Amino acid sequence: MKIVLEKLTKTFPGRGRKNPEDVTAVDDFSCEIPDGELIALLGPSGCGKSTTLNLLCGLESPTSGRILFGEEDITDLPPELRGVGMVFQNYALYPHLTVKQNILFPLENRKGKDRLSKEEMESRVMETARLVQIEELMDRRPKELSGGQQQRVAIARALVKMPRVLLLDEPLSNLDARLRLKTREEIRKIQKKTGITTVFVTHDQDEAMSISDRIAVMRLGVLMQMGRPQEVYDDPLNLFVAKFLGTPPINVFEGRVRDGKLYIGEEAVLPAEGLADQEVFAGIRPEGFILQEDGPLTCELNRVEIMGRDISVIASHPACAGQTLRAIIGAESKVDTASPAVRFALKPGKVLLFDRETEERIRF
Amino acid sequence: MNTNKKKAWLYLLPAALFLVCFLVYPLIDVFVYSVEEGYNFASQTYFGTGFYNFSYVLHDPYFLQAVKNTFILVIITVPLSTGLALLISVGLSSIRPLRDLFQTIYFLPYVTNTLAVGLVFMILFQKTEYTDGLVNLMLGWFGAGPVDFIDGPYWAKMFVLCFYTIWIVMPFKILVLTSALASVNQDYYKAARVDGTPKLRIFTKITLPMISPMIFYLVITGFIGAFKAYSDAVALFGTDLNAAGMNTIVGYVYDMLYGDSGGYPSYASAAAVLLFAIVLTITCINLLVSRKKVEY
Repeated sequence: MKIVLEKLTKTFPGRGRKNPEDVTAVDDFSCEIPDGELIALLGPSGCGKSTTLNLLCGLESPTSGRILFGEEDITDLPPELRGVGMVFQNYALYPHLTVKQNILFPLENRKGKDRLSKEEMESRVMETARLVQIEELMDRRPKELSGGQQQRVAIARALVKMPRVLLLDEPLSNLDARLRLKTREEIRKIQKKTGITTVFVTHDQDEAMSISDRIAVMRLGVLMQMGRPQEVYDDPLNLFVAKFLGTPPINVFEGRVRDGKLYIGEEAVLPAEGLADQEVFAGIRPEGFILQEDGPLTCELNRVEIMGRDISVIASHPACAGQTLRAIIGAESKVDTASPAVRFALKPGKVLLFDRETEERIRF
Repeated sequence: MNTNKKKAWLYLLPAALFLVCFLVYPLIDVFVYSVEEGYNFASQTYFGTGFYNFSYVLHDPYFLQAVKNTFILVIITVPLSTGLALLISVGLSSIRPLRDLFQTIYFLPYVTNTLAVGLVFMILFQKTEYTDGLVNLMLGWFGAGPVDFIDGPYWAKMFVLCFYTIWIVMPFKILVLTSALASVNQDYYKAARVDGTPKLRIFTKITLPMISPMIFYLVITGFIGAFKAYSDAVALFGTDLNAAGMNTIVGYVYDMLYGDSGGYPSYASAAAVLLFAIVLTITCINLLVSRKKVEY
């Protein structure tokens, strides 16, 4: 099911004397989610991504704007008529019901002609349980399950009513690191198998990049950029998106364009032809550094971290916005740790320039 | 016993001493009294030991009346007050405006003196030579004759006693249940909404099971409290409860000790032991049932 959001805005009224200001949680959000894709809503906490999910779900109604599933306008429909399945951050499994009863619950809510026969319900539940691989857990209660298992039960409960859209609110945040890797694969697999349009919310860019077809980066209620993960990573529209994506994060320098060259500190590090002279932010991805003895960028060497597959060089530079910068280079390179300085050449595609005032991307 | 354990016992000693002095010793003493026949306070003597005291108490029509009264009181007030409290708390938690005001109003009986409330109830219900009382006035509007609720027929007196008891115990229950309702995670309701769960089903399948531990707590303490009822009856019907036919088991125990017919600690102890046995049995049944029903 294709989802279209049109100028979606949600404003929460101010409360009491302490917080008289209205809060705009989602601001003029427009986007189109193609049928059958897995979309990540990504952003720091408080950026409005959960509110967006609640708007999609129908738990909140928008102040203005429209939501369409396919051609159907569902803006004013209550949640149960939208055909959405929702997985909550804490899973919200009913603790007094068994796994089976939990999954059965949405089906038992139906009345009249929508109600399935007992056998149909049974087979639907078993089918869904097989899909998420929890058949052997059906008679347990939620508290007797691990976090990952609870998560799968929650997904099964959302899927059992065959929703048009599946929504997941921070699906991995309650799991430990190892389980998180495994579970995200599983979510991807289930989504692929069912082909159901899925939107999930996360603040973890790693999670978003690794499994989604597209990511939508949000900040303060505004959609910053939406696109395929690699596109957004390689070609961010502004400094916020560039900083938010990538681990380790992008290194930001205060730089300057003069005479068609990019200067960091007093060193001309890269040609920047066709650009007017101006102050810029230069973002350099960690993998954009090349260790080179006569490289143009000179940094003070702090320490070297051996990761096995590659080496992190932690260095500092007076123009660097952060405390230190981190460069990732191949494990075969030799870093002279005794030397006080380290020199880098830069890969042109990995250096991104942003306007100093607006933080918008400057292409060159 | 190693030093650490000795230390632990030493630390427990002060509290344990008090408990033994003021709880364990009196408890045992009651049992001892209850089997000493013809015990006399003044001379501290008794004829012999045996179960005559129990036999006497169990054949005493006043005691049987008290048991009957107590059981009626328990059976009527505990379910009714808990049910009403649940209804009111659900109502309270689903309204937003004026909730605090209502909560305060519902809580007021809890902080009001029992005897003062009894007085007010008497004024409301009592029929005297000068006035029929407010309740009778209202009954009159519906064509029902005046009933003397305080000195009249048994059912009328029992009605007032139950009404009064429910009114007194409800605030605490409402307090407990509203906080129980508030502590149910809102996500369950959201999940239920997304799944299109009908309101009644949300209540029976989600809300009730979620707060069931609190409901059972209230039922158990309610049973115990109602079995120990005494001051309520005194507040309404005065101290001569036997004459009014409205005595309770605790009232009977008191009368046997200090009432007009008093001075019989052995009978009082026997009645107290019987009450203890009844409460113990009921509480055990309650716990067994709740273990089956309260599932998480």
